[in-house]
Amino acid sequence: MTNVLLSAKNLSHHYGSQVGCIDINFDIYPGEVLGVVGESGSGKTTLLKNISGLLQPSSGSVKFDTRVDGLKDIYLLSEPERRLLMRTDWGIVFQNARDGLRMNVSAGANVGERLMAIGARNYGDIRNEATDWLQNVEIGLERIDHYPETFSGGMLQRLQIARNLVTKPRLVFMDEPTSGLDVSVQARLLDLIRGLVSQLGIACIIVSHDLGVMRLLSNRLIVMHQGRVVEQGLTDQVLDDPQHPYTQLLVSSILPV
Amino acid sequence: MTAISGEQKKSSRLKEKTLDGYNFAYLDDQTKRMIRRATLKAVAIPGYQVPFGSREMPLPFGWGTGGIQVTASIIGIDDTLKVIDQGADDTTNAVNIRRFFAKTAGVETTENTSDASIIQTRHRIPEAKLKSDQIIVYQVPIPEPLRWIEPREEETRKMHALTEYGVMHVGLYENIAHFGKVTTSYNYPVQVNDHYVMSPSPIPKFDNPKMDEMPALQLFGAGREKRIYAVPPYTKVKSLDFEDHPFEIESWSECCALCGSSSSFLDEVITDDKGSRMFVCSDSNFCANRRAKGHKGPGLPRKFEIKDIE
Ligand SMILES: Nc1ncnc2c1ncn2[C@@H]1O[C@H](COP(=O)(O)OP(=O)(O)O)[C@@H](O)[C@H]1O
Ligand SMILES: [Mg+2]
Ligand SMILES: [Zn+2]
Repeated sequence: MTNVLLSAKNLSHHYGSQVGCIDINFDIYPGEVLGVVGESGSGKTTLLKNISGLLQPSSGSVKFDTRVDGLKDIYLLSEPERRLLMRTDWGIVFQNARDGLRMNVSAGANVGERLMAIGARNYGDIRNEATDWLQNVEIGLERIDHYPETFSGGMLQRLQIARNLVTKPRLVFMDEPTSGLDVSVQARLLDLIRGLVSQLGIACIIVSHDLGVMRLLSNRLIVMHQGRVVEQGLTDQVLDDPQHPYTQLLVSSILPV
Repeated sequence: MTAISGEQKKSSRLKEKTLDGYNFAYLDDQTKRMIRRATLKAVAIPGYQVPFGSREMPLPFGWGTGGIQVTASIIGIDDTLKVIDQGADDTTNAVNIRRFFAKTAGVETTENTSDASIIQTRHRIPEAKLKSDQIIVYQVPIPEPLRWIEPREEETRKMHALTEYGVMHVGLYENIAHFGKVTTSYNYPVQVNDHYVMSPSPIPKFDNPKMDEMPALQLFGAGREKRIYAVPPYTKVKSLDFEDHPFEIESWSECCALCGSSSSFLDEVITDDKGSRMFVCSDSNFCANRRAKGHKGPGLPRKFEIKDIE
C-alpha cells in the first residue's frame, strides 16, 4: 500500500467567533484527485488555506509526506522548510489568477520563475521548459514574451497552471479554478486540467461549488456544509447515491427536472 | 618655523576652519554613534541592509543625504576627502558636498584618488585601484534590489534571510527575452559573500568587478530609505548572470580622446552642433593624471570635409 501524501486530522479554523471550518478529517494519496464541494461560505477556501500552509488552523494537524523525513506536521516545519515545500512539492492555483501570477513580467518568466527559484541558471534551458509548458496549456508560443495583462481569463488560469506544474509538484491545490469563466472556456480548462493531472500523476485537491466540475475531475469527494464535512466517498458513489440530506439537496438541485 | 604637536595642529585647524555653532561634521554625537553602530553591523553582515534613523540634512533627499550621513559619522580631522559625481570632482553636487565637509569638519579635500582616505561617490568607482587604508562611501537612492518585484518589506526581508533570490534571475530572464541580452547597465545586482543580493547603487556595471575583493572598505548610505549596508575589504562580490549569458562589462572601440586610455569607462561628448563627438574618461582625475604623465589621445575627430569623398 502506498503512503498517505497529506493527512488532515481534527482540523478546525475560527475567525474570531466566526466559524471557518470544523473538525475536518481526510487523507489524500499520491496521484489522487480529491474534490471539495459545498455552497459559498461553507468553509472550502478556509480548509484549502489551512492545508496548503497559507493559514495556520486554530486546532488540529496537517501532515505531509516530506521527501526527507516522511509524514511531518507542516506547521511544525521551520519556515524555510515550509517555503521550500511550497515552491517544490506543492503548487497553488488561486481562484483569481492575478493572485498567483506576476502581472509585471512576461508569460515565459512566469513559467520560468519556479525553475529559477530552485536554482536553474541556464537561460536556454529555462526558455525551453517555458516553451514546452506554454504548449502543454495551449498558449500560443507567440505569446511567450507578452505580459499576462493582455491575456483572457481562461489564458490567465492556464498560465497559472503552467507556472505551478513546471517543477512537477507532487500535490496541487486549486481553489475554484474555473469559476468566473465562460462555460465553453470552463469546459476546455477542465479537460486540460484532467489531462495534465492524470498524465503527470500529480495529486490534486480541487475546491469548487460546481458538482459538474467534480464529476469530471475528482476521484473522491468531500461535501462541506456550514464548515463541516457532511459526507465523503468516491465521487460517483456520492453523486449517484447521496446519503446525507444536504448532499441529496445539492444533487437534486442540479438534476434536470 | 614653529614646532607644534599634531594635536595642537588639529585643534587649531578645527577652530580656524570649521563653522561656529555647528558640530564637527554637522551631525551631533548621538546621531553619529547611532550611525556608526548601524555601520558596524553592516560591516559584520556583508550586503545586509541595516535600518538607521536617518536625520534631516541641509539638503533634500536625492542629493546624497545617506552618503553624507555615513561620511559625517566616520570622518575625522585627519581624513582627506574626495567627492565625485558621475566620475567628476567638479560637478555642482560634488563641489557642494566637498565644501560642506571642508566647512563643518575642516578636513583636507583632494581630487586625487590616491591621496584621499575617504571617497564619497555618486555613480562611479574611481579607475585607480583603491587601497586598504581607504573607504569608499556610495550614495544610494534605492537600496532594495528585490523591490521591483516584491513591494512588501516583510516579504523581501524573508527572501533575503532565506536567500530566496530566484526572482532576481526573473529580471535578467526578462531582459534577455525582450532584448536578446541583459541590457541592465547601471545598478546591476550583485551577490555579496555568497549570501545577500545587493544593489550596488547606480554605478555602471563596468565598475562591478572593482567591488570584488576590493582592499578598501565599501559603505553604502540610503538617506530617504534609511538603510546602511557594507562590503568589508577583500569580500567576494559576484554579478548575477546565467551560465549561457555570462556577466560582461561595457567596452568601447574608441580610446579616450584626451589621454588615450583604452581601459577606462568612457563618456560620449558632443563637441559641436554638427554631430562631432568624442569619447573621454568619465573619471576626470584619472584622465588628468594620465595626461600629466604625458599620455596623449587622438584628440578631436578631424572635421568631416567635402574633399574627403571626392
Ligand atoms: N478573513 C475572514 N475573516 C472572517 N471571516 C471569514 C474570513 N474568511 C472567511 N470567513 C468566513 O468563514 C466562512 C467560510 O468561508 P470560506 O472558507 O471563504 O468559504 P467558501 O470558500 O466555501 O465560500 C464564511 O462564513 C466566511 O464569511
Ligand atoms: Mg471560496
Ligand atoms: Zn582619459
